[in-house]
Amino acid sequence: MSWPVSHAELEQFGQRLVADGAGVFTSYTVAYGDLSVSAQLPQIVEAMRQLRDAEKFEMLIDLCGADYPERERRFDVVYHLLSLSRNLRIRVKLETDEDTAVPSITSIFPNADWYERETFDMYGVFFDGHPDLRRILTDYGFHGHPLRKDFPMTGYVEVRYDDELKRVVYEPVKSVEWRNWDFLSPWEGMERGVSPLPGDEKGEAKA
Amino acid sequence: MTGATTPAAPGDETVGPGETKIRKFNINFGPQHPAAHGVLRLVLELDGEVVERVDPHIGLLHRGTEKLMEARPYAQTIPYFDRLDYVAPMNQEHAYCLAIERLLGVEVPIRGQLIRVLYSEMGRILNHLLNVTTQAMDVGALTPPLWGFEQREKLMVFYERASGARLHANYFRVGGVRQDLPPELVQDIADWCDQFPKVMDDIHGLITENRIFKQRNVDIGVVTKEEALAWGFSGVMVRGSGVPWDLRRSQPYECYNDFEFDIPLGVNGDCYDRYLCRMEEMAQSTKIMKECCLRLQKTPGLVLSDDHKVSPPRRGEMKRSMEALIHHFKLYTEGYRTPVGDIYAAVEAPKGEFGVYLVSDGTNKPYRCKIRAPGYPHLQAMDWMNRGHMLADVSAILGSLDIVFGEIDR
Repeated sequence: MSWPVSHAELEQFGQRLVADGAGVFTSYTVAYGDLSVSAQLPQIVEAMRQLRDAEKFEMLIDLCGADYPERERRFDVVYHLLSLSRNLRIRVKLETDEDTAVPSITSIFPNADWYERETFDMYGVFFDGHPDLRRILTDYGFHGHPLRKDFPMTGYVEVRYDDELKRVVYEPVKSVEWRNWDFLSPWEGMERGVSPLPGDEKGEAKA
Repeated sequence: MTGATTPAAPGDETVGPGETKIRKFNINFGPQHPAAHGVLRLVLELDGEVVERVDPHIGLLHRGTEKLMEARPYAQTIPYFDRLDYVAPMNQEHAYCLAIERLLGVEVPIRGQLIRVLYSEMGRILNHLLNVTTQAMDVGALTPPLWGFEQREKLMVFYERASGARLHANYFRVGGVRQDLPPELVQDIADWCDQFPKVMDDIHGLITENRIFKQRNVDIGVVTKEEALAWGFSGVMVRGSGVPWDLRRSQPYECYNDFEFDIPLGVNGDCYDRYLCRMEEMAQSTKIMKECCLRLQKTPGLVLSDDHKVSPPRRGEMKRSMEALIHHFKLYTEGYRTPVGDIYAAVEAPKGEFGVYLVSDGTNKPYRCKIRAPGYPHLQAMDWMNRGHMLADVSAILGSLDIVFGEIDR
């Protein structure tokens, strides 16, 4: 396919996937030149097999998590696939929570192994049928899942070398919590329909 | 690593007379090992000198880049990308800027695009020079890195003259690059491109037909086409196996469409073919750089988008115009906001496909940014690539994977 793939072609492909997928794919969106489809959690292995074998997406480019704490099922697991023969990319998303294990796709794409370990490490998403679900990026004996939105930026423990004990010791963090300043203020303060800047309400009412 | 055999204990019935019992060995390769290319710990299971299993332990350089980025405005997150693959910093910045630009719909002026291409190709040469020569060092040669690093040094000076920093450039901006290149710099880069093929010939003469180098690399770490695809390889790792796939050609970004260049392919998919691919890619990159320089000399213009909702106004303008001052203040306190949505943008970094998956919730910070490092799936393949090879081949294979821990551990 020529690059960039046109919006219409992606629309068409997304429609066909949802229609022919036998309930594997629930919906699709095309935005910013990317095609994104949603899949059902129990059928993700089937979805991946279908994409690899029938649709020729030979390569799993990436697999990662994302956290939306305000949602009932707070995690997204996002799969990025690439088809070299069709020159096409696709993104597959599914939702899960802390307790529901996602079926592992290591049987379809062997390189999902480390990606799933990373997602487990960073978010605490479980993968069912993964051969070796250990932590991968964090320290040996680490507690918590650092990319969750409720995990503090500074973490809970810090390490230093203790000269008396002659080894590295772990201690609770003493430094100040990262200050997350809110710099968000409107660029166009005086626009109609936008709430006025604090103190400007009176002027707005007159006009 | 010594004492692979132990004398048979008297009365041990599994061992016949005159035989010795072989005990399997577990050894640690790293975390401090000169051929580990950073802080990698490989737990190797050996049967004599034959590798039976490799378990890479990574994360020793994990800095939580993705977490840190979630708390900072976009402009402040670009420097994190220099620190991923610190061998070719600007290629990473490029992917991130492309992602944000596609979200915002910002156009980069042509001169800005040319400078980006010029510096991305320079990054490719920086990377390949390091990889090719240190791989030679991993298998026993000392001269190649000395010759290669002399050239790297010159390229880093070009980095410095453009951005002020030899390594962590922070030169790319959303909408272009930080500032224009002086004409003398463009001329000097063009002159460098003219002398570099001579250096390439010298390095070829040192390594390519070297008997020891070939003995250590030919038919070592063979990757078939099918394996390369199944394991998510990209860059030289797929091209070395004969898969014609280069994002610069197949999914062109920036102005790569305007350039003539060849994409070298390997035949056997072994370490030696990957080495040859890298050498040829350097020659092609030099060609692209030269063409960029010639075009830059003829193309005056902006290097950064003049949309001041995204890119700051020039200093001089700021001194005279109230409007420019306001834009400057807003951009450096709050920054710009991206529309809600998610996006995946990738570039052909020297090591393979470097991608950025960006989720925006409409504020001035990335809600989630996943960095897809090419080295991550490559290192993952260490286990099956090394099985059945000798212990000494581990460092040859590791060298040809071209890994840097800044990007794998993030």
